[in-house]
Amino acid sequence: MHPAPSVILFSVLSGAGFGLLAYLGLGVVTPAGWVAFWWWGLGYGLAVIGLLASTFHLGNPQRAWRAFTQWRSSWLSREAWASVATLLLLAPVALSDWLGLGWPRGLGMVGAALALLTVFTTSMIYTQIKAVPRWHHWITPMMFLGFAIAGGAVLAGQVWAWAVLIVLAGILAAVWKIGDGQFGRAAQTLGTATGLGVIGEVTVFEQAHTAGNYLLREMIFVVGRKHADTLRRLTLIFAVLLPALLVTALPTFVGFGLAAVSHLIGALAARWLFFAEAEHVVGLYYGKR
Amino acid sequence: MTCLPVTTEKKLGLAIDLDTCVGCQACVTACKGWNDQGYGVPLSDQNPYGADPSGVFLNRVHSYAVQPVDATAQTINFPRSCLHCEAAPCVTVCPTGASYKRAEDGIVLVNEDACIGCGLCAWACPYGARELDQAAGVMKKCTLCVDRIYNENLPEEDREPACVRGCPTGARHFGDFADPDSKVSQLAAARGGFALMPDMGTKPVNRYLPPRKKDQRHEASVLAPLLDIKATGFAGWLDRVLGKI
Repeated sequence: MHPAPSVILFSVLSGAGFGLLAYLGLGVVTPAGWVAFWWWGLGYGLAVIGLLASTFHLGNPQRAWRAFTQWRSSWLSREAWASVATLLLLAPVALSDWLGLGWPRGLGMVGAALALLTVFTTSMIYTQIKAVPRWHHWITPMMFLGFAIAGGAVLAGQVWAWAVLIVLAGILAAVWKIGDGQFGRAAQTLGTATGLGVIGEVTVFEQAHTAGNYLLREMIFVVGRKHADTLRRLTLIFAVLLPALLVTALPTFVGFGLAAVSHLIGALAARWLFFAEAEHVVGLYYGKR
Repeated sequence: MTCLPVTTEKKLGLAIDLDTCVGCQACVTACKGWNDQGYGVPLSDQNPYGADPSGVFLNRVHSYAVQPVDATAQTINFPRSCLHCEAAPCVTVCPTGASYKRAEDGIVLVNEDACIGCGLCAWACPYGARELDQAAGVMKKCTLCVDRIYNENLPEEDREPACVRGCPTGARHFGDFADPDSKVSQLAAARGGFALMPDMGTKPVNRYLPPRKKDQRHEASVLAPLLDIKATGFAGWLDRVLGKI
C-alpha cells in the first residue's frame, strides 16, 4: 500500500495525542495552572493536527462533515465521532485543571476510555480490510493501542513508561512475525484471483495497460520494501530503546522531551512500514505483490 | 446509506466468456467512451499525450499465459471490472454514504456529490474495480451502465452496458442472475461459471465462463496417416538396403 505522508502523520500524531489525553483524563498526571494549559494543549494539539492532516489526502475535503453520517457501518465514520466526542468531553476537565476549578474527575475517566476507543476505531479502518491480509488481524489494533499507550506515557512524563515501551517492543515483534505470514495464510494467488489456476500455472502474458494507474500507485507499492529489516531495527531503537533509556536515566523535562521526539520518529518509521509492507491482493492481477 | 440491502430484487451483472474473449480491448474503449459523457463526472486522463500518461478506466483487460501440466500453454484474455458483489466490502467501509448498493437491482454505485475521495472503498475491493478520478477527486466505478439499461430514449438493442454492446465476439453477456431462466444464469450453469476469489467473502454477482476444453496435441493430428509414407519400388529397395548398413 502507498505510504501517504498525510495518513502516516495523522495516525502517529493523533495516536500519541489521544494517548496523552487518556493519561491526563485519568488523572495519572494532574498539572495545574499554565503547566496544565500547555500539557493539555500538547495532547489536544497532536490530536487535532493529526485529524487535520487526515483531510489532506481527501479528494474533496470540503465534504468531510459527511463522514459523520455512516457510524452504523463504517469504522472511519465511527472514528470521526469518537475523536470529536473525546475532544469535547475532556474539554471541561482540561479547563478545570488549567483554572484550578476542582471539578470532579468522572468526565476525565470517560474521556480517557473514549480516547483509547478513538485509537481503536482508527486501527479498525485498516484491520477490517480483508483484501490486505497483513492488516486483517487482531494484532493491528494491539499495535495502534500499544503506540498510543506507550507514546502517551512518555508524553505524560512517567518514568515507568520504560515498561510500557518494552511491552510495545513485544507487540512490534509479534506484528512483524505474524504480518510476514499473513499473505501466505490468505492463500490467494494469481490462480485464485483469475480462477484460472484450475487449468494450470498462471503467469502474466501481457499487462492490461502500459502506463501506470491509480491501482498501481495506491495499492501496489513495491518501492523500499527491501529496506524493511533496517527500518524495523531503526523502529526498535528510536521508538523503544532510546526513549526507555532516556526516561530512566534522565527523568527531567529535557529527557522526556528527547524521549518523546525519539519515540515519534520511531513511530513514524513503524507506520511507514505498516503501509509499505502491506500487500493488497489486487497486485496479483498485475503479477506484482 | 452504506448498510447493504439484505436482499435485492434483481442481481444484475455480467457473464464474461473467457473462451471467446480475444483481448481486443473494445469493451475498454466502449466503456471509457460512454462513461466519459454519461453518469457522473467524466473519466479524466492526466498527461494523456505526455511521457507518463494515466487515466481512469472502469474496465481493464489483462492477458495471462496458463500452462497446464500435460498440454500446451494457453493465452487467456481476462477482462476485470466491478463484480457488483452481494456482500460488497466497498459499500460498508464508506464513511459518507456515497457508496451504495441498490436494493432494486443490486447495482453498486457511487453518489459523487457525497464522495469525499478518501479512497477507502478502493482499498476494500479485492478486485481493483475502483479508481479515484484525479481531476474531480471522486471515486469512479462500473455503473453497469445504469444510464443505458433503463434508458427509453435509446433503441431497445442498445439498452445494455456499453462493454456488452461493443464486444465484437459476444464474449460479454448482461442479465439478471436472480432469475434462473435468464440468459446469464443459463450460461453460467451450462459452462460452469465461477466467481473470483470467493474466499474473500464478497459474494460476487458476475460470473466468468472458463475456456472450453482444448484438444490434446496427439488427438489433433488429422494429417498423421498422410505423414506415414511407405516407400515402394527402387526407393523402397534403397530404403531397406540403407537401413541394413
